[in-house]
Amino acid sequence: MGLHREVEARLAAQLLAGEPEAFDRFVEHFRTKIFHYSWLMCGQREDAEEVVQEALLKVFENLADLRDPSRVRPWVFQIAKNACLMKRRKSVFAPARELSLDDHGSHGDGADRELQIADGGSLPDRRLIQAEQRRALDRAIAALPESYKSVMLLRDVEELSTAETAQILDLTEDVVKTRLHRARVSVRKTLEEAVAAGSGHPGETHGRD
Amino acid sequence: MDAIEQGKCSEVSALLSEYLNLELPADACRDVESHLSGCESCGEFAESLRKTVELCHAYLPSAMPEPISSRAREELMGAYKRMLAARQR
Repeated sequence: MGLHREVEARLAAQLLAGEPEAFDRFVEHFRTKIFHYSWLMCGQREDAEEVVQEALLKVFENLADLRDPSRVRPWVFQIAKNACLMKRRKSVFAPARELSLDDHGSHGDGADRELQIADGGSLPDRRLIQAEQRRALDRAIAALPESYKSVMLLRDVEELSTAETAQILDLTEDVVKTRLHRARVSVRKTLEEAVAAGSGHPGETHGRD
Repeated sequence: MDAIEQGKCSEVSALLSEYLNLELPADACRDVESHLSGCESCGEFAESLRKTVELCHAYLPSAMPEPISSRAREELMGAYKRMLAARQR
């Protein structure tokens, strides 16, 4: 969402060329992006606001290191991820133990399969009105374990490539792919439950759980 | 559904994200497609996963940051100008 990567790259190139006209647009655009990422990662508005400013300060202090303006999005998210980690280390809200999606259903006895394909196909794209849909996604994504959430935010929300995501999160590409798939399956299930609850027929679509 | 079919469904459903991302090699891709066309349950699951990804691509979280304060903007502008100055040295 927001500006396309080509527009971001142009703004970054202008800033690197010393043209401050691009400054406010660049700041506004990445403030929103970093805020959304850190809000969903940290879960706290106050923490997210602080992460935004800390990350953008680093962005401007180090902008000369950005060799290729077309890579500005993954480069900014690398900085945002680190700022988020620092914040979480200091935050009183950080969870003691991270849940893993592996904790649910990978028993090798078909339970995983059931989690994945139960009641497929009933996920609507229009049955939820847009504001509800947003909130349902807020909740579905926020509920993911942190290591899956970061992958999903970078891959599916920011639309970074598998290679870029792997580099930012210091993971192999195979791990990115596996976590992305599990995160999608989990989000899909949560959305479907939200739809079922909203439609007034809670038993309609998840009878196999 | 027998055990072999179930095994195939598991195998295919684990590959669906890579399939949707166009990250699968051609032969694996054909394998997935041939299974999806014959298995209603996996076909529906693939479709709902595709919609989930579509929703994520269009997703804008409901919280927005506060408008930037003039102090915060000045701080960022200061960092930008220092970066430009340092580079020219």
